[in-house]
Amino acid sequence: MKSVLPVLTVIGAILMFWLAAVVPMNMHLVADQAQRDGLSVTPVTPIERQDVSGVGLALRNAHLIPLTYNFVRPRLPAPQQVAGEMYATVFEKKITSKRSLVYHGWVTLAPTLLGFFIGTGLGILLAVGIVYSRVMDASVMPWAIVSQTIPILALAPMVIVVLGSMGIQGLFPKSLIAAYLSFFPVVVGMVKGLRSPDAMQLDLLRTYHASGAQGFWALRLPASVPYLFASLKIGISASLIGTIVAELPTGAKAGFGARMLVGDQYGQPLVSWAALFAAALTAAALVGLFSMMERVTLRRMGMRTA
Amino acid sequence: MIWAIAALMIWAIGWWINVRLANGPVSDHAAVKVLIPSIFGLTVVVIWELLVVGFDVNPVILPAPSAIVERLLSEGPRLWADFQQTIIKGAMTGYVIGGLAALGVAILADRSDFLTRGILPVGSFMAALPIVGIAPIFVKWFGSDWESKAAVVAVMVFFPILVNTVAGLRDTSVMQRDLMRTYGAGYWPTLFKLRLPAAMPFLFNGLKIATTLALIGAIVAEFFGSPTVGMGFRISTSFGQLALDMVWAEIVIAALAGSAFYGGMTLIEKRVTFWHPSQRQRR
Repeated sequence: MKSVLPVLTVIGAILMFWLAAVVPMNMHLVADQAQRDGLSVTPVTPIERQDVSGVGLALRNAHLIPLTYNFVRPRLPAPQQVAGEMYATVFEKKITSKRSLVYHGWVTLAPTLLGFFIGTGLGILLAVGIVYSRVMDASVMPWAIVSQTIPILALAPMVIVVLGSMGIQGLFPKSLIAAYLSFFPVVVGMVKGLRSPDAMQLDLLRTYHASGAQGFWALRLPASVPYLFASLKIGISASLIGTIVAELPTGAKAGFGARMLVGDQYGQPLVSWAALFAAALTAAALVGLFSMMERVTLRRMGMRTA
Repeated sequence: MIWAIAALMIWAIGWWINVRLANGPVSDHAAVKVLIPSIFGLTVVVIWELLVVGFDVNPVILPAPSAIVERLLSEGPRLWADFQQTIIKGAMTGYVIGGLAALGVAILADRSDFLTRGILPVGSFMAALPIVGIAPIFVKWFGSDWESKAAVVAVMVFFPILVNTVAGLRDTSVMQRDLMRTYGAGYWPTLFKLRLPAAMPFLFNGLKIATTLALIGAIVAEFFGSPTVGMGFRISTSFGQLALDMVWAEIVIAALAGSAFYGGMTLIEKRVTFWHPSQRQRR
Protein backbone atom coordinates (compact mmCIF):
# COMPACT_ATOMS: atom_id res chain seq x y z
CA MET A 1 0.00 0.00 0.00
CA LYS A 2 2.90 2.33 0.70
CA SER A 3 3.71 2.50 -3.01
CA VAL A 4 0.35 4.06 -3.97
CA LEU A 5 1.61 7.62 -3.61
CA PRO A 6 4.84 7.05 -5.62
CA VAL A 7 2.89 5.31 -8.37
CA LEU A 8 0.42 8.17 -8.54
CA THR A 9 3.31 10.63 -8.66
CA VAL A 10 4.91 8.83 -11.61
CA ILE A 11 1.60 8.61 -13.45
CA GLY A 12 1.03 12.29 -12.71
CA ALA A 13 4.45 13.15 -14.10
CA ILE A 14 3.72 11.21 -17.29
CA LEU A 15 0.38 13.03 -17.63
CA MET A 16 2.07 16.41 -17.14
CA PHE A 17 4.63 15.54 -19.80
CA TRP A 18 1.82 14.52 -22.14
CA LEU A 19 -0.13 17.73 -21.45
CA ALA A 20 2.99 19.80 -22.09
CA ALA A 21 3.72 17.95 -25.34
CA VAL A 22 0.23 18.54 -26.71
CA VAL A 23 0.93 22.25 -27.31
CA PRO A 24 4.04 22.08 -29.52
CA MET A 25 2.83 18.93 -31.30
CA ASN A 26 -0.43 20.49 -32.46
CA MET A 27 0.61 24.13 -32.69
CA HIS A 28 1.23 24.25 -36.44
CA LEU A 29 -2.06 22.56 -37.29
CA VAL A 30 -3.94 24.78 -34.87
CA ALA A 31 -2.29 27.92 -36.26
CA ASP A 32 -3.27 26.98 -39.81
CA GLN A 33 -6.83 26.34 -38.74
CA ALA A 34 -6.97 29.56 -36.68
CA GLN A 35 -5.88 31.58 -39.67
CA ARG A 36 -8.60 30.05 -41.79
CA ASP A 37 -11.07 30.98 -39.05
CA GLY A 38 -9.90 34.60 -39.17
CA LEU A 39 -7.87 34.72 -35.97
CA SER A 40 -4.57 36.58 -35.90
CA VAL A 41 -1.47 34.38 -36.13
CA THR A 42 1.99 35.83 -35.78
CA PRO A 43 4.13 34.57 -38.59
CA VAL A 44 1.45 35.28 -41.15
CA THR A 45 2.22 32.83 -43.97
CA PRO A 46 2.21 29.07 -43.40
CA ILE A 47 5.66 28.82 -45.01
CA GLU A 48 7.15 31.18 -42.44
CA ARG A 49 5.51 29.15 -39.72
CA GLN A 50 7.17 25.99 -40.98
CA ASP A 51 10.53 27.44 -39.94
CA VAL A 52 9.38 28.15 -36.38
CA SER A 53 9.40 25.30 -33.87
CA GLY A 54 6.20 24.27 -32.12
CA VAL A 55 7.34 25.83 -28.85
CA GLY A 56 8.32 29.10 -30.55
CA LEU A 57 5.00 29.29 -32.29
CA ALA A 58 3.17 28.69 -29.01
CA LEU A 59 5.11 31.48 -27.29
CA ARG A 60 4.25 33.97 -30.01
CA ASN A 61 0.59 32.93 -30.16
CA ALA A 62 -0.25 32.37 -26.53
CA HIS A 63 -3.93 33.01 -27.25
CA LEU A 64 -4.05 29.86 -29.41
CA ILE A 65 -2.71 27.50 -26.75
CA PRO A 66 -6.13 26.51 -25.34
CA LEU A 67 -7.20 25.53 -28.84
CA THR A 68 -4.47 22.86 -29.04
CA TYR A 69 -6.26 20.89 -26.34
CA ASN A 70 -9.49 20.69 -28.29
CA PHE A 71 -8.33 20.30 -31.84
CA VAL A 72 -10.47 17.99 -33.96
CA ARG A 73 -7.71 16.13 -35.76
CA PRO A 74 -4.67 16.53 -33.52
CA ARG A 75 -1.28 14.99 -34.10
CA LEU A 76 -1.22 14.31 -30.39
CA PRO A 77 -4.64 14.38 -28.74
CA ALA A 78 -4.97 15.72 -25.21
CA PRO A 79 -5.66 13.17 -22.45
CA GLN A 80 -9.20 14.38 -21.89
CA GLN A 81 -9.96 14.01 -25.59
CA VAL A 82 -8.83 10.36 -25.53
CA ALA A 83 -10.77 9.75 -22.35
CA GLY A 84 -13.86 11.37 -23.87
CA GLU A 85 -13.60 9.27 -27.02
CA MET A 86 -13.16 6.12 -24.95
CA TYR A 87 -16.14 6.98 -22.77
CA ALA A 88 -18.26 7.68 -25.82
CA THR A 89 -17.33 4.45 -27.61
CA VAL A 90 -17.43 2.20 -24.56
CA PHE A 91 -20.50 3.39 -22.68
CA GLU A 92 -22.59 5.42 -25.08
CA LYS A 93 -22.69 3.03 -28.01
CA LYS A 94 -24.64 -0.19 -28.08
CA ILE A 95 -22.36 -3.19 -27.69
CA THR A 96 -23.44 -4.54 -31.06
CA SER A 97 -22.60 -1.29 -32.82
CA LYS A 98 -19.59 -1.31 -35.15
CA ARG A 99 -18.35 1.82 -33.40
CA SER A 100 -18.45 0.34 -29.94
CA LEU A 101 -15.05 -0.38 -28.43
CA VAL A 102 -16.60 -3.17 -26.40
CA TYR A 103 -17.52 -4.92 -29.64
CA HIS A 104 -14.02 -4.47 -31.05
CA GLY A 105 -12.53 -5.51 -27.74
CA TRP A 106 -14.41 -8.78 -27.82
CA VAL A 107 -13.34 -9.42 -31.41
CA THR A 108 -9.74 -9.17 -30.19
CA LEU A 109 -10.23 -10.84 -26.85
CA ALA A 110 -12.00 -14.00 -28.03
CA PRO A 111 -9.16 -15.31 -30.24
CA THR A 112 -6.64 -14.18 -27.63
CA LEU A 113 -8.24 -16.27 -24.91
CA LEU A 114 -8.89 -19.27 -27.15
CA GLY A 115 -5.32 -19.24 -28.42
CA PHE A 116 -3.95 -18.67 -24.96
CA PHE A 117 -5.72 -21.73 -23.58
CA ILE A 118 -4.61 -23.90 -26.49
CA GLY A 119 -1.04 -22.63 -26.25
CA THR A 120 -0.88 -23.05 -22.49
CA GLY A 121 -2.34 -26.56 -22.63
CA LEU A 122 0.07 -27.72 -25.30
CA GLY A 123 2.93 -25.95 -23.56
CA ILE A 124 2.31 -27.80 -20.30
CA LEU A 125 2.09 -31.12 -22.15
CA LEU A 126 5.37 -30.49 -23.98
CA ALA A 127 7.03 -29.40 -20.73
CA VAL A 128 5.99 -32.67 -19.07
CA GLY A 129 7.38 -34.53 -22.07
CA ILE A 130 10.64 -32.63 -21.88
CA VAL A 131 11.06 -33.25 -18.16
CA TYR A 132 10.44 -36.98 -18.47
CA SER A 133 12.22 -37.69 -21.75
CA ARG A 134 15.91 -37.03 -22.21
CA VAL A 135 15.55 -37.17 -25.98
CA MET A 136 12.88 -34.51 -26.07
CA ASP A 137 14.84 -32.42 -23.64
CA ALA A 138 17.96 -32.60 -25.76
CA SER A 139 16.30 -32.13 -29.14
CA VAL A 140 13.37 -29.77 -28.50
CA MET A 141 14.47 -27.59 -25.61
CA PRO A 142 17.25 -25.73 -27.46
CA TRP A 143 14.77 -24.87 -30.20
CA ALA A 144 12.22 -23.69 -27.68
CA ILE A 145 14.81 -21.30 -26.27
CA VAL A 146 16.06 -20.14 -29.67
CA SER A 147 12.50 -19.55 -30.83
CA GLN A 148 12.14 -16.92 -28.09
CA THR A 149 14.76 -14.81 -29.83
CA ILE A 150 13.00 -14.87 -33.21
CA PRO A 151 10.76 -11.90 -34.03
CA ILE A 152 7.93 -14.23 -35.03
CA LEU A 153 5.34 -11.69 -33.94
CA ALA A 154 6.30 -9.56 -36.92
CA LEU A 155 5.01 -12.31 -39.20
CA ALA A 156 1.61 -12.56 -37.58
CA PRO A 157 -0.16 -10.63 -40.36
CA MET A 158 1.25 -12.99 -43.01
CA VAL A 159 0.01 -16.06 -41.18
CA ILE A 160 -3.46 -14.53 -41.18
CA VAL A 161 -3.37 -13.90 -44.91
CA VAL A 162 -1.98 -17.36 -45.77
CA LEU A 163 -4.66 -19.08 -43.74
CA GLY A 164 -7.23 -16.70 -45.19
CA SER A 165 -6.24 -17.67 -48.72
CA MET A 166 -6.73 -21.31 -47.75
CA GLY A 167 -10.26 -20.44 -46.74
CA ILE A 168 -9.63 -20.47 -43.01
CA GLN A 169 -11.00 -17.31 -41.49
CA GLY A 170 -12.50 -15.91 -38.37
CA LEU A 171 -11.37 -16.89 -34.92
CA PHE A 172 -8.90 -19.61 -35.77
CA PRO A 173 -5.99 -17.85 -37.53
CA LYS A 174 -5.69 -15.20 -34.85
CA SER A 175 -5.89 -17.77 -32.07
CA LEU A 176 -3.15 -19.74 -33.80
CA ILE A 177 -0.81 -16.79 -33.37
CA ALA A 178 -1.95 -16.18 -29.82
CA ALA A 179 -1.38 -19.87 -29.08
CA TYR A 180 2.09 -19.81 -30.61
CA LEU A 181 3.12 -16.77 -28.61
CA SER A 182 1.91 -18.12 -25.26
CA PHE A 183 3.27 -21.61 -26.00
CA PHE A 184 7.01 -21.10 -25.53
CA PRO A 185 6.97 -18.98 -22.38
CA VAL A 186 4.82 -21.69 -20.80
CA VAL A 187 7.13 -24.48 -22.00
CA VAL A 188 10.25 -22.76 -20.69
CA GLY A 189 8.62 -21.77 -17.38
CA MET A 190 7.02 -25.17 -16.77
CA VAL A 191 10.22 -27.07 -17.51
CA LYS A 192 11.94 -24.92 -14.93
CA GLY A 193 9.05 -25.39 -12.50
CA LEU A 194 8.73 -29.17 -12.90
CA ARG A 195 12.49 -29.43 -12.28
CA SER A 196 12.42 -27.13 -9.27
CA PRO A 197 12.04 -29.86 -6.59
CA ASP A 198 15.53 -30.55 -5.31
CA ALA A 199 17.23 -33.91 -4.95
CA MET A 200 16.37 -34.13 -1.27
CA GLN A 201 12.63 -33.85 -1.94
CA LEU A 202 12.79 -36.37 -4.78
CA ASP A 203 14.74 -38.75 -2.55
CA LEU A 204 12.17 -38.35 0.19
CA LEU A 205 9.43 -39.45 -2.20
CA ARG A 206 11.58 -42.40 -3.19
CA THR A 207 11.89 -43.45 0.44
CA TYR A 208 8.09 -43.31 0.60
CA HIS A 209 8.16 -45.74 -2.31
CA ALA A 210 6.08 -43.29 -4.35
CA SER A 211 5.50 -44.18 -7.98
CA GLY A 212 6.47 -41.86 -10.82
CA ALA A 213 2.90 -40.69 -11.26
CA GLN A 214 2.54 -40.00 -7.55
CA GLY A 215 5.76 -38.05 -7.62
CA PHE A 216 4.41 -35.99 -10.47
CA TRP A 217 1.03 -35.16 -8.93
CA ALA A 218 2.22 -34.73 -5.35
CA LEU A 219 5.56 -33.01 -5.82
CA ARG A 220 6.50 -31.82 -9.28
CA LEU A 221 3.18 -30.35 -10.35
CA PRO A 222 2.51 -28.37 -7.16
CA ALA A 223 6.11 -27.16 -7.14
CA SER A 224 5.71 -25.82 -10.67
CA VAL A 225 2.67 -23.66 -9.91
CA PRO A 226 4.56 -20.42 -9.10
CA TYR A 227 6.54 -20.81 -12.34
CA LEU A 228 3.35 -21.55 -14.24
CA PHE A 229 1.76 -18.32 -13.09
CA ALA A 230 4.83 -16.29 -13.99
CA SER A 231 4.66 -17.79 -17.49
CA LEU A 232 0.92 -17.30 -17.75
CA LYS A 233 1.30 -13.59 -17.11
CA ILE A 234 3.94 -13.30 -19.84
CA GLY A 235 1.89 -15.55 -22.13
CA ILE A 236 -1.40 -13.70 -21.86
CA SER A 237 0.12 -10.33 -22.66
CA ALA A 238 2.12 -11.87 -25.52
CA SER A 239 -1.09 -13.45 -26.83
CA LEU A 240 -2.96 -10.17 -26.75
CA ILE A 241 -0.13 -8.30 -28.46
CA GLY A 242 0.01 -11.06 -31.08
CA THR A 243 -3.69 -10.80 -31.84
CA ILE A 244 -3.51 -7.02 -32.14
CA VAL A 245 -0.48 -7.12 -34.43
CA ALA A 246 -2.24 -9.78 -36.47
CA GLU A 247 -5.15 -7.40 -36.96
CA LEU A 248 -3.05 -4.37 -37.76
CA PRO A 249 -2.03 -4.45 -41.41
CA THR A 250 -4.23 -7.21 -42.78
CA GLY A 251 -7.33 -5.23 -43.53
CA ALA A 252 -9.17 -6.74 -40.60
CA LYS A 253 -12.52 -5.05 -40.19
CA ALA A 254 -12.90 -5.36 -36.46
CA GLY A 255 -10.75 -5.56 -33.38
CA PHE A 256 -8.41 -3.19 -31.56
CA GLY A 257 -5.74 -3.49 -34.24
CA ALA A 258 -8.23 -2.68 -36.99
CA ARG A 259 -9.45 0.36 -35.06
CA MET A 260 -5.91 1.67 -34.65
CA LEU A 261 -5.33 1.39 -38.37
CA VAL A 262 -8.71 2.80 -39.39
CA GLY A 263 -8.21 5.86 -37.24
CA ASP A 264 -4.78 6.32 -38.76
CA GLN A 265 -5.90 5.98 -42.36
CA TYR A 266 -9.07 8.03 -42.21
CA GLY A 267 -7.57 10.92 -40.26
CA GLN A 268 -9.37 10.18 -37.01
CA PRO A 269 -6.50 10.08 -34.53
CA LEU A 270 -8.88 9.94 -31.60
CA VAL A 271 -10.14 6.55 -32.78
CA SER A 272 -6.58 5.20 -32.90
CA TRP A 273 -5.69 6.56 -29.51
CA ALA A 274 -8.85 5.30 -27.88
CA ALA A 275 -8.22 1.83 -29.31
CA LEU A 276 -4.60 1.96 -28.15
CA PHE A 277 -5.61 2.82 -24.60
CA ALA A 278 -8.45 0.33 -24.58
CA ALA A 279 -5.98 -2.36 -25.64
CA ALA A 280 -3.63 -1.26 -22.87
CA LEU A 281 -6.43 -1.43 -20.31
CA THR A 282 -7.42 -4.89 -21.55
CA ALA A 283 -3.85 -6.11 -21.24
CA ALA A 284 -3.63 -4.64 -17.76
CA ALA A 285 -6.91 -6.27 -16.75
CA LEU A 286 -5.79 -9.68 -18.02
CA VAL A 287 -2.41 -9.52 -16.30
CA GLY A 288 -4.12 -8.21 -13.16
CA LEU A 289 -6.59 -11.10 -13.24
CA PHE A 290 -3.78 -13.63 -13.40
CA SER A 291 -1.87 -11.88 -10.61
CA MET A 292 -4.95 -12.14 -8.46
CA MET A 293 -5.43 -15.82 -9.28
CA GLU A 294 -1.76 -16.34 -8.54
CA ARG A 295 -2.01 -14.71 -5.15
CA VAL A 296 -5.14 -16.64 -4.15
CA THR A 297 -3.86 -20.00 -5.44
CA LEU A 298 -0.43 -19.69 -3.89
CA ARG A 299 -1.90 -18.63 -0.56
CA ARG A 300 -4.26 -21.60 -0.53
CA MET A 301 -1.35 -23.87 -1.41
CA GLY A 302 0.61 -22.38 1.46
CA MET A 303 3.28 -20.80 -0.72
CA ARG A 304 4.62 -17.31 -0.59
CA THR A 305 3.76 -15.00 -3.48
CA ALA A 306 6.89 -14.63 -5.51
CA MET B 1 2.17 -41.77 -50.71
CA ILE B 2 5.74 -42.90 -51.16
CA TRP B 3 6.87 -39.44 -50.03
CA ALA B 4 4.87 -39.63 -46.85
CA ILE B 5 6.40 -43.00 -46.06
CA ALA B 6 9.86 -41.62 -46.81
CA ALA B 7 9.15 -38.70 -44.49
CA LEU B 8 8.02 -41.07 -41.75
CA MET B 9 11.14 -43.18 -42.26
CA ILE B 10 13.41 -40.17 -41.95
CA TRP B 11 11.58 -39.05 -38.86
CA ALA B 12 12.02 -42.51 -37.33
CA ILE B 13 15.72 -42.62 -38.22
CA GLY B 14 16.38 -39.14 -36.85
CA TRP B 15 14.51 -39.87 -33.66
CA TRP B 16 16.27 -43.22 -33.25
CA ILE B 17 19.70 -41.57 -33.59
CA ASN B 18 18.70 -38.95 -31.05
CA VAL B 19 17.40 -41.56 -28.61
CA ARG B 20 20.69 -43.42 -28.89
CA LEU B 21 22.69 -40.23 -28.46
CA ALA B 22 20.65 -38.82 -25.58
CA ASN B 23 20.60 -42.04 -23.56
CA GLY B 24 24.09 -43.13 -24.58
CA PRO B 25 27.30 -42.71 -22.61
CA VAL B 26 28.39 -39.56 -24.52
CA SER B 27 25.19 -37.57 -23.85
CA ASP B 28 26.94 -35.02 -21.63
CA HIS B 29 29.55 -34.18 -24.20
CA ALA B 30 29.33 -30.60 -25.51
CA ALA B 31 29.39 -31.64 -29.17
CA VAL B 32 26.54 -34.10 -28.66
CA LYS B 33 24.50 -31.37 -26.98
CA VAL B 34 24.73 -29.39 -30.21
CA LEU B 35 24.37 -32.43 -32.43
CA ILE B 36 21.03 -33.63 -31.04
CA PRO B 37 19.03 -30.44 -31.67
CA SER B 38 20.76 -30.12 -35.05
CA ILE B 39 19.63 -33.57 -36.09
CA PHE B 40 16.14 -32.75 -34.87
CA GLY B 41 16.07 -29.50 -36.83
CA LEU B 42 17.47 -31.18 -39.92
CA THR B 43 14.83 -33.95 -39.86
CA VAL B 44 12.09 -31.36 -39.59
CA VAL B 45 13.45 -29.48 -42.62
CA VAL B 46 13.91 -32.68 -44.67
CA ILE B 47 10.38 -33.84 -43.85
CA TRP B 48 9.05 -30.40 -44.77
CA GLU B 49 10.83 -30.65 -48.12
CA LEU B 50 9.59 -34.19 -48.77
CA LEU B 51 6.01 -33.41 -47.90
CA VAL B 52 5.91 -30.19 -49.92
CA VAL B 53 7.41 -31.91 -52.99
CA GLY B 54 5.53 -35.14 -52.51
CA PHE B 55 2.08 -33.71 -52.02
CA ASP B 56 2.62 -30.94 -54.54
CA VAL B 57 1.79 -28.25 -52.01
CA ASN B 58 1.07 -24.95 -53.71
CA PRO B 59 4.15 -22.74 -53.18
CA VAL B 60 1.76 -19.87 -52.44
CA ILE B 61 0.85 -21.66 -49.25
CA LEU B 62 4.10 -23.27 -48.19
CA PRO B 63 7.29 -23.14 -50.26
CA ALA B 64 9.87 -25.92 -50.06
CA PRO B 65 13.00 -25.25 -47.99
CA SER B 66 15.11 -25.69 -51.14
CA ALA B 67 13.22 -22.84 -52.83
CA ILE B 68 13.85 -20.63 -49.80
CA VAL B 69 17.56 -21.42 -49.81
CA GLU B 70 17.64 -20.65 -53.53
CA ARG B 71 16.10 -17.25 -52.84
CA LEU B 72 18.55 -16.60 -50.04
CA LEU B 73 21.43 -17.19 -52.41
CA SER B 74 20.07 -15.42 -55.49
CA GLU B 75 18.63 -12.36 -53.73
CA GLY B 76 21.68 -11.76 -51.54
CA PRO B 77 22.23 -8.04 -52.32
CA ARG B 78 18.59 -7.15 -51.88
CA LEU B 79 18.32 -9.06 -48.61
CA TRP B 80 21.47 -7.32 -47.42
CA ALA B 81 19.99 -3.91 -48.22
CA ASP B 82 16.81 -4.83 -46.34
CA PHE B 83 18.89 -6.05 -43.43
CA GLN B 84 20.80 -2.78 -43.24
CA GLN B 85 17.67 -0.66 -43.46
CA THR B 86 15.66 -2.55 -40.87
CA ILE B 87 18.13 -4.11 -38.48
CA ILE B 88 21.09 -1.72 -38.52
CA LYS B 89 19.33 1.61 -39.06
CA GLY B 90 15.91 0.94 -37.54
CA ALA B 91 16.33 -1.64 -34.81
CA MET B 92 19.90 -0.94 -33.66
CA THR B 93 19.55 2.86 -33.53
CA GLY B 94 16.30 2.59 -31.60
CA TYR B 95 17.76 -0.05 -29.31
CA VAL B 96 20.74 2.12 -28.42
CA ILE B 97 18.60 5.25 -27.92
CA GLY B 98 16.00 3.41 -25.86
CA GLY B 99 18.64 1.61 -23.82
CA LEU B 100 20.62 4.76 -23.01
CA ALA B 101 17.46 6.67 -22.14
CA ALA B 102 16.32 3.85 -19.85
CA LEU B 103 19.74 3.70 -18.19
CA GLY B 104 19.75 7.47 -17.66
CA VAL B 105 16.24 7.58 -16.22
CA ALA B 106 17.01 4.60 -14.00
CA ILE B 107 20.11 6.26 -12.55
CA LEU B 108 18.23 9.53 -12.01
CA ALA B 109 15.26 7.80 -10.42
CA ASP B 110 17.54 5.73 -8.23
CA ARG B 111 18.57 8.84 -6.32
CA SER B 112 15.13 8.90 -4.75
CA ASP B 113 13.58 5.90 -3.07
CA PHE B 114 10.17 7.49 -3.59
CA LEU B 115 10.57 7.63 -7.37
CA THR B 116 11.94 4.10 -7.51
CA ARG B 117 8.89 2.74 -5.77
CA GLY B 118 6.70 4.54 -8.28
CA ILE B 119 8.67 3.62 -11.39
CA LEU B 120 8.95 -0.12 -10.74
CA PRO B 121 5.20 -0.93 -10.87
CA VAL B 122 4.40 1.61 -13.58
CA GLY B 123 7.34 0.44 -15.70
CA SER B 124 6.54 -3.24 -15.45
CA PHE B 125 2.93 -2.41 -16.24
CA MET B 126 3.99 -0.49 -19.35
CA ALA B 127 6.30 -3.32 -20.37
CA ALA B 128 3.29 -5.67 -20.64
CA LEU B 129 1.30 -3.32 -22.86
CA PRO B 130 0.91 -3.67 -26.63
CA ILE B 131 3.22 -0.70 -27.28
CA VAL B 132 3.75 -1.85 -30.85
CA GLY B 133 0.34 -0.32 -31.55
CA ILE B 134 1.95 3.12 -31.58
CA ALA B 135 3.69 2.17 -34.84
CA PRO B 136 1.11 3.76 -37.17
CA ILE B 137 1.10 6.95 -35.10
CA PHE B 138 4.88 7.20 -35.05
CA VAL B 139 5.16 6.59 -38.78
CA LYS B 140 2.89 9.58 -39.22
CA TRP B 141 4.93 11.73 -36.84
CA PHE B 142 8.45 10.89 -37.91
CA GLY B 143 7.99 10.08 -41.58
CA SER B 144 8.30 6.72 -43.27
CA ASP B 145 12.09 6.32 -43.26
CA TRP B 146 14.05 4.55 -40.56
CA GLU B 147 13.69 7.37 -38.00
CA SER B 148 10.11 6.39 -37.21
CA LYS B 149 11.16 2.74 -36.82
CA ALA B 150 13.94 3.71 -34.47
CA ALA B 151 11.44 5.75 -32.44
CA VAL B 152 9.03 2.82 -32.14
CA VAL B 153 11.88 0.52 -31.14
CA ALA B 154 13.21 3.02 -28.60
CA VAL B 155 9.83 3.22 -26.84
CA MET B 156 9.35 -0.56 -26.96
CA VAL B 157 12.74 -1.39 -25.44
CA PHE B 158 12.65 1.47 -22.92
CA PHE B 159 10.40 -0.06 -20.28
CA PRO B 160 11.87 -3.57 -19.91
CA ILE B 161 15.38 -2.11 -19.67
CA LEU B 162 14.23 0.60 -17.26
CA VAL B 163 12.49 -1.80 -14.90
CA ASN B 164 15.40 -4.21 -14.84
CA THR B 165 17.99 -1.49 -14.30
CA VAL B 166 16.01 0.14 -11.50
CA ALA B 167 15.60 -3.24 -9.83
CA GLY B 168 19.30 -3.93 -10.33
CA LEU B 169 20.50 -0.65 -8.87
CA ARG B 170 18.65 -1.52 -5.68
CA ASP B 171 20.31 -4.92 -5.51
CA THR B 172 23.11 -4.05 -3.11
CA SER B 173 23.18 -5.12 0.51
CA VAL B 174 23.36 -2.70 3.41
CA MET B 175 26.72 -4.20 4.31
CA GLN B 176 28.17 -3.40 0.88
CA ARG B 177 26.89 0.17 0.97
CA ASP B 178 28.22 0.63 4.50
CA LEU B 179 31.58 -0.63 3.37
CA MET B 180 31.67 1.99 0.63
CA ARG B 181 30.76 4.62 3.20
CA THR B 182 33.60 3.58 5.49
CA TYR B 183 35.90 4.04 2.51
CA GLY B 184 34.62 7.63 2.34
CA ALA B 185 33.15 7.03 -1.12
CA GLY B 186 30.59 9.62 -2.23
CA TYR B 187 27.62 9.13 -4.52
CA TRP B 188 29.52 8.81 -7.81
CA PRO B 189 32.24 6.37 -6.73
CA THR B 190 29.54 4.25 -5.10
CA LEU B 191 27.50 4.36 -8.27
CA PHE B 192 30.34 3.37 -10.57
CA LYS B 193 32.18 0.93 -8.32
CA LEU B 194 29.31 -0.78 -6.54
CA ARG B 195 25.79 -0.11 -7.77
CA LEU B 196 26.25 -0.17 -11.52
CA PRO B 197 28.33 -3.35 -11.50
CA ALA B 198 25.78 -4.93 -9.16
CA ALA B 199 23.01 -3.90 -11.54
CA MET B 200 24.70 -5.47 -14.58
CA PRO B 201 23.05 -8.93 -14.38
CA PHE B 202 19.66 -7.23 -14.22
CA LEU B 203 20.54 -4.74 -16.94
CA PHE B 204 21.59 -7.54 -19.27
CA ASN B 205 18.40 -9.41 -18.51
CA GLY B 206 16.49 -6.36 -19.75
CA LEU B 207 18.81 -5.90 -22.73
CA LYS B 208 18.27 -9.53 -23.78
CA ILE B 209 14.49 -9.27 -23.54
CA ALA B 210 14.70 -6.08 -25.59
CA THR B 211 16.61 -7.65 -28.51
CA THR B 212 13.54 -9.49 -29.79
CA LEU B 213 11.30 -6.49 -29.14
CA ALA B 214 13.64 -4.30 -31.18
CA LEU B 215 13.38 -6.53 -34.25
CA ILE B 216 9.62 -6.89 -33.88
CA GLY B 217 9.17 -3.13 -33.59
CA ALA B 218 11.36 -2.36 -36.59
CA ILE B 219 9.68 -4.92 -38.85
CA VAL B 220 6.09 -4.24 -37.79
CA ALA B 221 6.53 -0.46 -38.11
CA GLU B 222 7.53 -0.96 -41.73
CA PHE B 223 4.11 -2.41 -42.49
CA PHE B 224 2.68 1.09 -42.04
CA GLY B 225 4.90 2.93 -44.43
CA SER B 226 8.51 2.64 -45.46
CA PRO B 227 10.85 3.49 -48.31
CA THR B 228 11.06 0.73 -50.91
CA VAL B 229 13.61 -1.18 -48.88
CA GLY B 230 13.44 -2.96 -45.57
CA MET B 231 12.46 -6.38 -44.25
CA GLY B 232 8.92 -5.46 -43.27
CA PHE B 233 8.39 -3.74 -46.61
CA ARG B 234 9.79 -6.76 -48.48
CA ILE B 235 7.67 -9.19 -46.49
CA SER B 236 4.46 -7.34 -47.22
CA THR B 237 5.18 -6.63 -50.91
CA SER B 238 6.53 -10.12 -51.66
CA PHE B 239 3.40 -11.33 -50.04
CA GLY B 240 1.32 -9.27 -52.42
CA GLN B 241 3.24 -10.86 -55.32
CA LEU B 242 2.64 -14.31 -53.79
CA ALA B 243 6.41 -14.81 -53.67
CA LEU B 244 6.23 -16.77 -50.45
CA ASP B 245 9.76 -18.08 -50.84
CA MET B 246 11.00 -14.49 -50.58
CA VAL B 247 8.87 -13.95 -47.48
CA TRP B 248 10.39 -17.03 -45.93
CA ALA B 249 13.87 -15.91 -46.91
CA GLU B 250 13.26 -12.70 -44.96
CA ILE B 251 11.92 -14.77 -42.07
CA VAL B 252 15.14 -16.79 -42.07
CA ILE B 253 17.18 -13.58 -42.05
CA ALA B 254 15.05 -12.16 -39.23
CA ALA B 255 15.46 -15.37 -37.24
CA LEU B 256 19.22 -15.42 -37.77
CA ALA B 257 19.50 -11.73 -36.91
CA GLY B 258 17.36 -12.20 -33.79
CA SER B 259 19.39 -15.16 -32.56
CA ALA B 260 22.69 -13.43 -33.37
CA PHE B 261 21.60 -10.26 -31.59
CA TYR B 262 20.56 -12.25 -28.54
CA GLY B 263 23.66 -14.41 -28.69
CA GLY B 264 25.88 -11.35 -28.97
CA MET B 265 24.25 -9.83 -25.90
CA THR B 266 24.76 -13.09 -24.01
CA LEU B 267 28.46 -13.07 -24.95
CA ILE B 268 28.91 -9.49 -23.76
CA GLU B 269 27.02 -10.38 -20.60
CA LYS B 270 29.42 -13.25 -19.98
CA ARG B 271 32.41 -10.92 -20.26
CA VAL B 272 30.88 -8.19 -18.10
CA THR B 273 29.24 -10.24 -15.34
CA PHE B 274 31.80 -13.02 -15.11
CA TRP B 275 31.67 -12.71 -11.32
CA HIS B 276 27.96 -13.54 -11.05
CA PRO B 277 27.06 -17.05 -9.79
CA SER B 278 24.98 -17.78 -12.89
CA GLN B 279 28.02 -17.16 -15.12
CA ARG B 280 30.64 -19.07 -13.17
CA GLN B 281 31.64 -22.27 -14.86
CA ARG B 282 30.52 -25.40 -13.17
CA ARG B 283 33.42 -27.75 -12.70
